[in-house]
Amino acid sequence: MLLIKKLCVEIEGKKILKSFDLQVLPGEIHALMGPNGAGKSTLAKVLAGHPDYEVTSGEILFQGKDLLELDPEERAHLGLFMSFQYPLEIPGVSNEQFLHAAYNACAKASGKELLSEEAFEKKLVEKMALVEMRTEFRGRSLNEGFSGGEKKRNEILQMALLEPSLAILDETDSGLDIDAMRIVARGVKSLMDPTRSLILITHYQRLLDYIPPDFVHVVLDGTIVESGSKELALKLEERGYDFLTPQGASC
Amino acid sequence: MSTDQFFQSEYKYGFVTDIEMESIPKGLSEETIRRISAIKKEPDFLLQFRLRAFEKWKGMKEPNWAKLGYPPIDYQNICYYSAPKKKQAIKSLDELDPELLRTFEKLGIPLDEQKRLSNVAVDIVFDSVSIGTTFQKKLKEAGVVLCSITEAVELYPELVEKYLGSVVPIGDNYFAALNSAVFSDGSFVYIPKGVKCPMELSTYFRINDKETGQFERTLIIAEDDSYVSYLEGCTAPAYDKNQLHAAVVELVARDRAWIKYATVQNWYAGNKETGAGGIFNFVTKRGRCAGFKSKISWTQVEVGSAITWKYPSCILQGDESVGEFYSVALTNGKMQADTGTKMIHLGKKTRSTIVSKGIAADASRNSYRGLVHIAKRADGARNYTQCDSMLVKDKCCVTTYPYIEVGNPSSSVEHEASTSKMSADQLFYLRARGISQEEAIHMVVNGFCKRVIQELPLEFAAEAQKLLTLKLENSVG
Repeated sequence: MLLIKKLCVEIEGKKILKSFDLQVLPGEIHALMGPNGAGKSTLAKVLAGHPDYEVTSGEILFQGKDLLELDPEERAHLGLFMSFQYPLEIPGVSNEQFLHAAYNACAKASGKELLSEEAFEKKLVEKMALVEMRTEFRGRSLNEGFSGGEKKRNEILQMALLEPSLAILDETDSGLDIDAMRIVARGVKSLMDPTRSLILITHYQRLLDYIPPDFVHVVLDGTIVESGSKELALKLEERGYDFLTPQGASC
Repeated sequence: MSTDQFFQSEYKYGFVTDIEMESIPKGLSEETIRRISAIKKEPDFLLQFRLRAFEKWKGMKEPNWAKLGYPPIDYQNICYYSAPKKKQAIKSLDELDPELLRTFEKLGIPLDEQKRLSNVAVDIVFDSVSIGTTFQKKLKEAGVVLCSITEAVELYPELVEKYLGSVVPIGDNYFAALNSAVFSDGSFVYIPKGVKCPMELSTYFRINDKETGQFERTLIIAEDDSYVSYLEGCTAPAYDKNQLHAAVVELVARDRAWIKYATVQNWYAGNKETGAGGIFNFVTKRGRCAGFKSKISWTQVEVGSAITWKYPSCILQGDESVGEFYSVALTNGKMQADTGTKMIHLGKKTRSTIVSKGIAADASRNSYRGLVHIAKRADGARNYTQCDSMLVKDKCCVTTYPYIEVGNPSSSVEHEASTSKMSADQLFYLRARGISQEEAIHMVVNGFCKRVIQELPLEFAAEAQKLLTLKLENSVG
């Protein structure tokens, strides 16, 4: 599914990711944990193709293709999805208009049938029920005036519509109350099957209680310093990151 | 393709029509004015109107208060009249010079019977003269007059004499005085009492000649209980020299009449990199809501011209009359726009709404300048103003100059303003969901301008949206 080899990334001359390696196979759930500033969100943005980050060396293969050669929209068309930590607001563009455009753009690229407004509306209502969003959110401007929790739910709604083969959730659990967390986690879980993979970037064990990972990785100073099973997350919750030492990897 | 052509490729209207023209020599004097008047075989009142205006103009100074910088205009180096040579009088538009027909076809304004825009009657002004009007018969049945101002002078001289200069007096401002002296053509619309105009009316202005200034004059009169929706479009070839365009538009709305006036202005804006060439667009547009409960709505999408100086305004004279101004001004390259409106509340319970959206990209300058004036006797007058600016990249500049004068304590004036940046992050967010860069720009820009675009006649809204996207694509990159 995804293979990251010796990835080095800079932004404005500052090295963020240092010789980062990761492999994700179909059906696997990986959790990335680690302190703020370790490079987790950078990895998510680089995978999605954010133009501000410069990949200085290394490679990323996604579905056998060289991901770094592709525009952000082409990555989405291939089935890659990143849930934003801070979803953007777009005034004057209704949520439904945006979701419909995104759905049809991805459907077109993968040769699926495009949906008319009526057909899409039906699908949308169904998916909104999954993340318990009220129908009024269809007509509102995209993310404008949404609460933090509503924005995150809207991200999962997008995931539910686009049905990606690899989803990267960047701190989707941050700022959610217990009910919202449960709704989001249930939504994500219901989208999983043996062909789809998930990378969860999180600080908290709580999300992992709902969505148990196959692997937990600890990121420190731009690289993975420790990998293990879901028990590693419990250990981190108990002891913090202090018992691990940075590897001093360089590019 | 040369580099120059490459940079200009986003402006597809920059071509020149090769057609035989009849022009008078360059320069401006009383003689020029007498000559224009003579060519057009005008009645004496009009010649006197022109000469009075010219006298005024000679004593006036070019205004310099706008936030615009441009080299001095040499008024003696402009040709004030230029028209396609007519071989003989034509009976219908289909007899037009095929070169002209092709020109308008290329501009997306098909003139031949079969392909005409359905339900839109078009009057065409090419350089200095009107070359024809579509759907004459259907309009006539409804009693609506849509013709060139030249024809109107001939057929309805008493209306022209009564209303010409009644909203924009000849000495109103420097450019209006110039226009009053030398205007060559434009459109005339008359909607009789109680008539709802059955179709959209439209004038398409095309500057073709290299050294001709375009000075058109538009006059629209809507009698009691009538309604009309009018749209003007403008394009010009890409020349490396500047050309002057100084139009005057006057609207008069009687009791309960409603005039909707929309503009899609896409004059050539000059070279994006060097700023060479482009139209200097100095326009005076004003409507008088003369009657009780009358209404005038201005909608403008301004995406062209090197310089735009334009403030479509409403004089709200009749009690309970309504003025509206919806504007999108987009500047890129080295364009400069200083545009806005004036809402002059004179009557009781008059209402006005101003929605202005400025978008600036590259090294352009974009200013909103607006005046809301509430006169002492305008009891219960209300204004709402919303002024939003969007910056694309960081070399551009947006400014807002709202002037508010309130002379009546029972009135209310509201002003809201915002400035935002079209961020790379917004575009990235949309693209990360599979939406192409082009469509992402389209969504962000048109979301921003939605409130204005929805005021345009349906036939033109989609076109205007595409135009906005096209203009910004190279700037976002």
